[in-house]
Amino acid sequence: MTPKSDLPQGTLDLLILKIVALGPVHGYAIAQRLQQVSRDVVQVPQGSLYPALHRLENRGLLEADWKATETGREAKFYRLTRKGRASLESETASWRRLSDAIGVILRLSEGGAE
Amino acid sequence: MTWLRRLMSRDRLDAQLDQELQFHVDQHAADLVARGVDPAEAQRRARLEIGGPEQVKEQCRDARGTRWVDDLTQDVRYTLRALKARPGFTAVTVATLALGIGATTLMFTVIEGVLLKPLAYHDPGRLVTLIEQTDWSNNSSFGNRWAFAYPNYQDCARDATSLTLAAWRFNGGTVTGSGDPEYVNALQVSPDYLGMLGIAIDRGRPFRDDDARAGAPPVAVVSTSLWQRRYGGAAAAIGAPLLFDATSYTVIGVTSMIDRLPGQPDVLTLLDTTNALMHNRSSHPGIQVWGRLRPGATLEQAQSELTLVGRRLADDYPESNRGRTFIASPLGPFVGDVRATLWLLLAAVGLVLLVACANIGSLLLARAVSRDRELAMRAALGAGRGRLMRQCLTESAVLGLIGGGAGIALAMFGVGPFIAFWPGTLPRADDIAVDWRVLLFAIVASLASSVVFGLAPALRVPAHHLDRVVHGGGRAVRGGPRHLHAAFVAVEIALAIVLLVCAGSLGRTLVRLVALDPGVNVRNVLVARTAVSPTVLADPGRTRAAWDGVLAAARTVRGVEAVAAVDTVPMRSGNNQNVYWTSAALPPMPERPFALTTSVTPEYARVMGLRVRVGRFFDDHDRAGSQPAIVVDDTLAQSAFGQPDVVGRQLWVPDLGPGPLTIVGVVDHVRHWGLASDDQAVVRAQLYYPFAQLPDRFVRRWSQLMSIVVRTSVPPGTLVEALRHAIRGTASDQVMYQVQTLEDLAAASLARQRFLLLLFGAFAAVALLLASLGLYGVLAFLTSERTPEIGVRMALGARSADVVRMVLGESAGMVAIGAVLGAAGALAASRVLQRLVDGVRGVDPVTFALVIGTLALAALLASVVPARRASRVDPTMALRQE
Repeated sequence: MTPKSDLPQGTLDLLILKIVALGPVHGYAIAQRLQQVSRDVVQVPQGSLYPALHRLENRGLLEADWKATETGREAKFYRLTRKGRASLESETASWRRLSDAIGVILRLSEGGAE
Repeated sequence: MTWLRRLMSRDRLDAQLDQELQFHVDQHAADLVARGVDPAEAQRRARLEIGGPEQVKEQCRDARGTRWVDDLTQDVRYTLRALKARPGFTAVTVATLALGIGATTLMFTVIEGVLLKPLAYHDPGRLVTLIEQTDWSNNSSFGNRWAFAYPNYQDCARDATSLTLAAWRFNGGTVTGSGDPEYVNALQVSPDYLGMLGIAIDRGRPFRDDDARAGAPPVAVVSTSLWQRRYGGAAAAIGAPLLFDATSYTVIGVTSMIDRLPGQPDVLTLLDTTNALMHNRSSHPGIQVWGRLRPGATLEQAQSELTLVGRRLADDYPESNRGRTFIASPLGPFVGDVRATLWLLLAAVGLVLLVACANIGSLLLARAVSRDRELAMRAALGAGRGRLMRQCLTESAVLGLIGGGAGIALAMFGVGPFIAFWPGTLPRADDIAVDWRVLLFAIVASLASSVVFGLAPALRVPAHHLDRVVHGGGRAVRGGPRHLHAAFVAVEIALAIVLLVCAGSLGRTLVRLVALDPGVNVRNVLVARTAVSPTVLADPGRTRAAWDGVLAAARTVRGVEAVAAVDTVPMRSGNNQNVYWTSAALPPMPERPFALTTSVTPEYARVMGLRVRVGRFFDDHDRAGSQPAIVVDDTLAQSAFGQPDVVGRQLWVPDLGPGPLTIVGVVDHVRHWGLASDDQAVVRAQLYYPFAQLPDRFVRRWSQLMSIVVRTSVPPGTLVEALRHAIRGTASDQVMYQVQTLEDLAAASLARQRFLLLLFGAFAAVALLLASLGLYGVLAFLTSERTPEIGVRMALGARSADVVRMVLGESAGMVAIGAVLGAAGALAASRVLQRLVDGVRGVDPVTFALVIGTLALAALLASVVPARRASRVDPTMALRQE
C-alpha cells in the first residue's frame, strides 16, 4: 500500500467546493466522492470534513437544506451559493497558476541535474 | 445565517450537528455492512474513521464564531461565584472603585453640562464670536485683544457678507416703581440679537429694527421670572411701563429662554447709542459682537472678509484702527474661571481614581500570586494562555463594571448636592444631567480602570515552566512580582503626594490670603445699594440733597458710627476704570495708565478704616466750585510719581473734566479685586474723588449705582431694619437693597480658593488613606510570603529587631521611590495651580516638608503591623510550613 500524502493547506475547501458544485450533496457523499476521485492518493481525514463544511457555510459560500435521502432519512444537503461559485472559480484559477509555476520550477531543476 | 442568529439558535444548531454526524456514521456503517462487514464491527469502524466525535463537534462550533460568547458567559459566572465567595475583598474593591468612578463621573457630568454641551441656541455650531485684535500692545498688561467699538461693529456688519452680526453688552441696573427696588442683571442688545440666537419670545413680541430708530419709545424684553415677580404674571404686563435705571421702558415681550444668555439677565434693552463715546473708535465703552455664518459660508471665508474690512478701516481711520483687525472664532460657553476650576477638579478626581486602581491592582496581584498553582494546573490540563488571560481580564472587567455601576448611581445622587455646594452660581447649571454621554464616559472609565488594575495579574498567567510552579508548593517564583508590587505602591504614593502637595499649597495660600491686609477694616461694616427718590433724579441739585438726606437719616440710627455714599465697593463686582496722566498731554493709547476711580462722601475713610499716609481725606469744604481735590493710594503715587508723598501734585483724568485735579492725600492701597486676585489685577492704582465734585451730567447715572456704607458699633446685621426705616424718606420711595457685610464680601472673594482647598483636601485624604492601605496590604502579603525565609534567618540567629528593620527597610524603599516620583509630579501640578488659581505661589519647602512628613508617618503606621507580625515568626513553625 502506497503511503498517502496529506492534503496541502487550504486545498480541502477548494475540493469541497468543486464537489458541491456538481449538485446538492450531503456530507457523507462528499467524503465518498473525495475518496473516489482522489483514487486514495490523498488522505482526507473525515474529522476535518465537517468543520470545513460549517466554516464554508458560515462564510456564505455554501447553503444547506434538510431533505430526505433515497432511503428516506433526513440529511443535510449542501449546495453552492453565487458567492461560492465565484470563489470556486477564482480559487481554481489561482491553483492552476500555482501548480503551473511549480511544474516549471520542477522541470528546470531536473534539467539542471542532467 | 447572520452571526447574531447563529448565536441565538446555538441549541438548535447543536442538535442538527449531532444529527448530521450520526447520519454520516450510520451511512458509513450501512455501506460497510453491505460490503459484508459484521454490523457491530461496521459501527465501530465508522466511528473510528470520523475521529473523536466531541473534538469534531468542538471544531464545528468554533467555525460558527460564537464560541467566545460562551466562554465569556462562563468566565463571568465563574467571577461572580469567586466574588461572592470573598465578600470582604469584593466589598472593599467595589466601594473603592465606586468612589473613584463615581467622583470622576460626577465631575464629567458637570463639565459636560457646563463646558462641552453645545450652547442652547439655534444651530450653535454656526455661531461665532468676534474680537478686535491689535498688532501692538502685545506686551502691555492689557494684551492685544479688545472689546468691539460700536462703529467698527457697524462697518463689519455691513461689509462682512458671510456673517449676520449682532451686538450686546452687560448692563446691570436697578428696577424701581411699584414694589421694592431691586438690582438686576441686564443686557443691552441690537434688535436682531435674540432672533440670531433663536431665542423665542413667549408673550408679546421681539425687538424690531424700528425700535432702535432715533426717537422711538424705549422698549424692554423681560425674563419670565421678573414678569412673575413684578407683574404677578399678568397678561397686562405687555405694554406696561418698566422703570429701569430711572428710565421708563415699555415691556414688549416676556421670554423664559433669557436664562441662556450671558449673565442670565432679567431685562433686555436696546444698545444705548446716544452716548457720544459709543461712536468713538479708540476710547469707547466696548460691546460684544456675536455672529452667525450665513448658509453655505465658512469660518475661513468670514475671517478673510473681516481681515479685509480691518485693513480698509485701518486706512480710513489710522488714528484709531492702525494695526487693528477683527478675529472670528467659534462661540463657546460664557463661563469665566469656572472652566479652570472644573478641569482642575476633574484632574484631581482622576488622580484619586488612579490611586484606587493601583490599590485594587496590588490586591488582585496578590490574589493572582496565590492562584499561580490553580492557573498552572489549568494550563497543564490544556487551557491556552490566551484563554486564561482572557479569563483574568474578564474578572477585572466584571469588577470594574460593578464598581462603575455603583459609581454611576453615586454620581446621579451627587450632582445635585455638588451644584448646591458650588460657591456662587454655577453657569449653565440647568444643562447638567446624566445622559448617554456621561454613561458612556463611566463605562469607558470603568473598563479602562479594569485594564489598569487587571493587566498585571493577567500578564502573570504562567506560560512556561509549569512544572516548577506546580511543584513550587504554592510559593511565588521570585523576582518579577515583588517589583510589580513595589511599583503599584510607589505609584499610589506618588499620586497621593501630588494631591497632598496641591491641597497643602492651597491651604497655605488660603492662610496667607486670609492674613492679608485688605486695606480696609472689614469688621462691622454694612454695604447696601441704595436708591434715592426717583422724583429727584431729573435735577442734579435735588439729587445731591437727597443723598445728603439719606446719610443724615442713617446717622440718626442708634449704633451707627459713620455713614458714607460710594459708587463702587471693594471686593464687590463693579468698578470704574479711567485714564490718568501727570500732564494735560496724554501719551498714545497703549501707554495710557488706568486707575480705579471711586466717588465718595467725606466720611468714607472713617467707615472703611482707610489709613491716610500723608495729607488728608476729603471734608465738607471739597464741594462743587472749590478746587477739585483727589486722594490717591500709594500704588498710584508710586507708579505716577515714583515717590510716596505726592500731596500737592496734580493729575489729569479726562473723564472727570479737562482741568487738573490736586492730590490732597495718600491712603493705603485697598484690595479692590478681592484678597486673592488683587495682586494679579491689571489695574490696581486707585483714585478717590468727592461725590460733591462729580460733574452734574454724571449725577443721574451715578445715583443709580451708588451704595451706602455704614460703620456700626454693634453687629451690622442687627441694624438693617432700622436703617431701612430711617432712609425711606417722606414719600417712602427710598430703598436699600442687596444688603451685605464687608466681612462677607471679603470671605466671598476667597470662596473659589476655599472650595478648591476643601475638595483637594478631601481627595488628598482619600488618596493618602488608599495609599496607606495599599502599602499595608502589599507589605503584609510580601512578609507572609517570606515567612519561611524569616524563619530560617531567625533560626540562624537573627533577632526580631533585625526582622523589623528588614520589613521597614523594604517599606522605606517603596515609599522613597514613590516620593521621588511624586515630588516631580507635584512640582508640575503646582505650576498648573499657580497659573489657574489666583494667589497660589510656587511650591514652598514648608508644604513639601509637611507632606513628606505626613506621608512618612502614614507609611510607618502602615508598616508597623506587618513588621511586628514578621518579627514574631516562630522559626520551628515557619520551617515546618516549608
